[in-house]
This record gives sequence, structure tokens and C-alpha cells, in this order.
Amino acid sequence: MSELVFDRVSVRFGAHTAVDEASLVVRSGTTLGLVGESGSGKSTVARVAVGLEKAAGGSVRLDGAVLERRNRRSVQMVFQDPLAALDPRMPVGTSVAEGLLATGRRWSGAERRARVQELLELVHIDPSRAGERPARFSGGQRQRITIARALAAQPAVLIADEITSALDVSVQGVVLNLLRELQRELSLTMLFISHNLAVVRYVSDDVAVMRNGRIVEHGPTDTVLDDPADAYTRELLRSIPVMGRPLDLKDA
Amino acid sequence: MRRVSPQAVAVVAGLVVVAGAAVLGPTLFGDAAEARDLTNRQAEASAAHPFGTDDLGRDLFARVVVATRLSLLLTLGAVGISVAGGVVLGVTAAVLPRIPRRLLTGLIDILLSFPWLLLALFFSVIWGATSTGAMLAIGFAGIPVFARLIYTLAASVANTDYVRTAGLLGSSPLRTSVRHVLPNIMPPLVVNVAAHASVTLLSFAALSFLGLGVQAPEYDWGRLLNAGAKDIYREPMAAIGPGIAIVLTGVLFSLLGELLSEDRRPVVRAVRETEEPAETDSGEAVVDVQNLRVSFRTDDGSLVERVHGIDLRIAPGEVVGVVGESGSGKSVTAMAIAGLLGPEAQVECRRLAFRGIDLRGRLSAAQRRQLGLEQAMIFQDPLSSLNPALTVGRQLTEVSQVHAGLSRGAALEKAVAALDLVRIPDPARRIRQLPHEFSGGMRQRAMIAMGLMGTPRLLIADEPTTALDVTVQRQVLRALHDARERTGAAILLISHDIALVSGFCDRIVVMRDGVVVEQLAASDLDQAEHPYTRGLIACVPGMNTDRSRPLPVIGVAADEEVPV
Repeated sequence: MSELVFDRVSVRFGAHTAVDEASLVVRSGTTLGLVGESGSGKSTVARVAVGLEKAAGGSVRLDGAVLERRNRRSVQMVFQDPLAALDPRMPVGTSVAEGLLATGRRWSGAERRARVQELLELVHIDPSRAGERPARFSGGQRQRITIARALAAQPAVLIADEITSALDVSVQGVVLNLLRELQRELSLTMLFISHNLAVVRYVSDDVAVMRNGRIVEHGPTDTVLDDPADAYTRELLRSIPVMGRPLDLKDA
Repeated sequence: MRRVSPQAVAVVAGLVVVAGAAVLGPTLFGDAAEARDLTNRQAEASAAHPFGTDDLGRDLFARVVVATRLSLLLTLGAVGISVAGGVVLGVTAAVLPRIPRRLLTGLIDILLSFPWLLLALFFSVIWGATSTGAMLAIGFAGIPVFARLIYTLAASVANTDYVRTAGLLGSSPLRTSVRHVLPNIMPPLVVNVAAHASVTLLSFAALSFLGLGVQAPEYDWGRLLNAGAKDIYREPMAAIGPGIAIVLTGVLFSLLGELLSEDRRPVVRAVRETEEPAETDSGEAVVDVQNLRVSFRTDDGSLVERVHGIDLRIAPGEVVGVVGESGSGKSVTAMAIAGLLGPEAQVECRRLAFRGIDLRGRLSAAQRRQLGLEQAMIFQDPLSSLNPALTVGRQLTEVSQVHAGLSRGAALEKAVAALDLVRIPDPARRIRQLPHEFSGGMRQRAMIAMGLMGTPRLLIADEPTTALDVTVQRQVLRALHDARERTGAAILLISHDIALVSGFCDRIVVMRDGVVVEQLAASDLDQAEHPYTRGLIACVPGMNTDRSRPLPVIGVAADEEVPV
């Protein structure tokens, strides 16, 4: 069991309230999709969970225990730009092995190599390339390597912050398929953050919509998207380009 | 094969000479440097004594050679102290939490405000006038400079996602510094160390010259210079000799630094060829491109073709979308049409024309003006295409004033109307603002408005909404749509999002690896024939995609390959 609960979390930057009493539940073994535009506070919520940002109020709890220094490593995050998230001078195998630090136990050289190989295979990267630098890999491969590194930490919850928005559409498909496959095999609990509603819909069991720091809608994916209660969610749905259908550019 | 530059040859030869003198000098010239010849005191420069002799009749050339070792060791020791101290302070400051970081950087800044030589003099008083004392003094005096430099370098590395991730994974600050920060600041650091070494060498000479550095009977170049300077009017070579050694070695260090900092990429030369004869103007197209090939020079100097023979015609008022993934050549094609490719690109084509203007040759002033008025380009990142220091209004009116010769008042009036057309609220006030006061979507609409300031016949929009949210994307596309309604300009929209292009354009051009794989009307998208087009349509999740099945995957093979 690993349930991540955000309980009325607020974050302030000076006078500006970036997150305003946001409450979310990521149910164990499911994916919660968090949608919103840039500046809506969705990434800030994630950063609070992993400790990159301090909450001015409220708490984040993992299975009832408040997240703090001691148990924070059981929540891991994958960032948007895989090129920036990998040390350009470190072989990718070493980067993945860095994830093992978070497990808190000592790994012998052989154990570590075996585990890195296993993780790279899990994300469909040829383990014989573990000694190569990130520049030798394509964008989608790099993102899969950062996912492997996060999984090495054996996280209870994985946070994916816009992990496909820097990728080409065909590569995006590969990463999304991988996430769903991993979730099925490892029954991952995941918070999936994106501005792309269609992508969120594809991977998520539940959806939350955020705007101006507040959660405006939260519920099962089908309910929220088929029958949106909030005007902003409707505006969001209307703005999505649909294949082969002229864009609706008229005023609402 | 990389060609070795003459500078590299000179630096290597110089290093060999200096290192040779330092290692072998005392053995080969040690006796000559100590041999006193009282009958031949303060001799003038001659074949036997190129720099003359000193007041005890010792050969000065031999002494300069022997002094190389001590001078170099002192320099390297002092630089080592400066760099080591700088790394400890700078890297520590970069990884500390905010408040201790402020304190430490404040301390570094305070130390930096003292003149460097003053610090060196101060320290040499503490450690006494010995060669070790001088080394410590100059070494410690150099620490603040390096601490500041390394802090700046390290802070940029410490702000990257991979350092953040290491922190999330429980990597200690020390481990993160050693594994991530240090390796990534090394290249610029090495360059600065080399440059600093030449300064350090000079400062030893200065300290010795002041009598604070090396003491007799030891001698370095500075002491020799000091001794020779007393008699400079009678026997100049006694001072010039050691001076030459100091200057040459200093220059050598600087050149070494310059060499290390050199961009590895060879300079690219402009190549523009128009081999094939131009065909005559065919019809009334706004854009007429035939067999466009664009090549780029790679690091090793060979040409790599990125666009392999594209044909593209855009009729007046037509809205054409070019879809493709990164590396498909879609942006390069757009840049070629806009005439914005840099000298590193080699463009070949049978025809490349905009409204009858042949873009392949040199353009006349009138043609350039026509291009300025009739073509507008909207880039992905409006923040980098708008000048942050000028008001939006100033940038909007520039086109009309420069190309159309409008008065300032008339241009301003037109600019307000253009901003109003792209639905920027309160345009009269907004026009006086700077680009950073606009939101991302508003900046992009301001770019469209800029295109409206002329008499646009073609708006080229290269991924104009990729950095924007869907709701904002809709506003930007509406502005583009309104602009076309108003002016009748054709639009060339470049995007990776086939759904977006299909909803906005009349015609879709699908590109892959520099080739057009399919062209079709947007309404015929469901009749796409090429497997790549069909794959591109299927792999994008939509609001009706079956969630129980994996997304169709295209181009996995391409994904597995290293991008060129």
C-alpha cells in the first residue's frame, strides 16, 4: 500500500500564492493525472512532495505518515527535460546506479551492475550501452533512462512532471506505453502531471484539474472528462485540437 | 583528420623548451651558473655570455636557465593553492542552503574587493620574505578570485535537474560535488587556470623585484631581473635576459589557455551555389520552391544533406501546414523560404522564389524592402525574437518606418490597430510596455501583429504554440486566423502536432528525414496513404483513444539510433 495524500497544501512565493489549499489523493497502485496550464501551480505541488519546495500550510502524507526527511526518498520524480536531468559527463549506467543510493542499503559492485542491467532492460535500453554518455542517446531513450534511475530508488510513489512534453509525438507514444506497462507490472502509484489533457486521459485512472493554484475538479477520468463540472475544464476540452476537425476558434 | 593549428605547434614546442629547462637546466647549466669568474665581472653580452655576467662573473644565461625550475615550481605551487582554495570555497558555497550560502559568497566578495597585490604583500609580511612565503602569499591572495569564478560556474551546475535528482536520491552534498559539480565545471576552469598562471608568474617577478620573494643565494627570474635592473643603462641584457624568460613563459601560459578554450568546431565558411538554371516564373504562387536541398557542414568539415529535394508551392491566401518530427527538416525548409539560413547552410535548388523574387542571388534594396513588408516570421520562442530592451510599440513600428517610410505617428496608430486585431486588451497602454510585461501568448500575438505592420503576403509560423498551453494556443491561432482574414496573406504553419495542423490548415505536407512523404488536403486526412502519415495520426493520443490498448508505435527504429 502506498497512498499519497495532499491535504490542503499551500505554497506562497512572497505575496503570490502559487498553490492555494490544494487537496489531492493518489490512490495506491493507480495514476492520478494532474492537468493545468503553466503557472497553475501543478509542478509546485509535485515539488512540495519531493521537498524541493516548502509548503506554507497543509501537509503531504504517504500512507498516513507526514513526508519529511526520513521517508521522503520513497517519493521520486522524473523531470521534463531528460537532457538536463542527466549529467552530461556521467555514463548512463552510473546515473541509473545513483538511484540505488535512495534504497539506503549497500550494494556490492556485482549486485549494482546486475540491478542496473535489470532496470535498463525494464525500460528497453540495451544494457551493453550502460557505459555511454547521455549525448549518445535520443530524447526518448534519455527519458527512459531517467525513469530507470527513479525506479532504482524503489519509490512508493513516482511523480512524472511533464515528462513527454519535450519529446516528439512518436517517442511520446513509446514513453506513455512504457509507463502503462510499468504500472501494470510493478503496480506503481503515480502522479502524472501534464498540460496535455489527451495524454493525461490516456494514462490516468483519476484526473484533477488545477487553475490559479486551486484544484477546480477532481474525480475518475471518465466522469471528469465526459461531464466536466467546471467552466475551465470545459474551456480546456474545447481547446484541444481534434484530428481532422477544424479548430473551434469562435468566442465561447 | 583535424588540422593542427600553428598556434598549437608553437605552444607545444614552447612547453617542451620550458619543461626541458626546468628538468635539465640545473644539471646542464648548474656548474656554469655557479662558476665565478672575477676577471670577467659584469661583462657585456657576447657570444660566450649571451646575457653577459653578473657582479661575481657568473654567466647570466646559465642562471636564467637554472632559475626556470624554481620560477615554475613557485608558480605552479601558488596556482595550486589558489585553485584548491577556490574549489573548496566556491563549490561549498554553491551547494550550501540559502542563508549560509549568502554569508559565504558575501565573504568572498569582501575579499575580492581588496586589490590582489595588496593581499599578496600582506600575506608575505606574515609568512616572511622567503620563496615558500612568497608562494603561500600569492597562492592565498589568488583564492578569492577563483572562489568567485568557481562559485559562479558551480552554481549553474547546482541548478540543473540532475543535481536536484541526486539530492532527491539521497546523494550527500560532498558526493554530489565530486561526482556532478566538479566534472562539469572542469573545462572552463582549466582555461582560467592557464591564464591565471601567467599572471602568477609575473607577480612572483614583482615580489622578488620588491625584495620580498626569493632570497639569496636562491634565485628566480624576478631576482635576476632585480639584480640586472640596477645596471640597466650600462648593460641592458642583464635585465632583458630574465625579462625575456618571464614574458615568453607568460605568453606561453596565456596561449595554452586560449588553445584550451578554443571551440573545437572548425570555422564554417559560407557556401552558396546556384548550379541549376532558374526556371521561369510559373503562375502566381506566393512561394515556389523546387527541388530544394539544404546541406550543413559537420564538425569534420564534410557536408550532410538535411533536406533532400523539396517541392512546395503556396498559393495566395492558402494555409499550408508542414508536419514532421524533430530532424525532419521542416524548420530548415521554412528558414530557407524566409531567407534566414546562416552561412553554415548550403542551399541548392532549381527554384526558390517569393512572389517572383528569386531568393537565390543577391537581392536589390527594393527586393529586400518588399520582403521586409510582405513576409513575416513567427518563431517558437517569442521572448528571444523580441528585443527585451525596447518597448513592444518601438519594435512594431520599426517595420513600417524602415520599409514603408511611414511617419512615427502613423506607424504608432497602425501598431495599435494591429495589436487590437490580435485581441491584445488595452493596446494603447500595452504598446508602451516591454516584452517581459507580456504573457507568452500575448508576446506571440504581438509577433503576429508585427507581421501585420507591413502588407503581409506570407506569414511563416514555426512551432508558434509549442511552448504554450492549449487555451493560449487557441488564442494565438485565432490571431493568426484573424490576420489572414484581414490581409489575405498565406500562412505556412510548421508543427509537430498533426491534429493541430489538420484543424487549422487547408493543406498538409508531411515531412520525414528531409523528404516530403505525403501532401494532402486537411479534409482528406482519413484517406492518408503513406504509412508514416497514418502512423503519425495514430500515435497521438486523442480524447477518443482506446485506453485499454497500447499506443501504436512508429519509428522505434529511428528512436534506437543515435541522433546525428
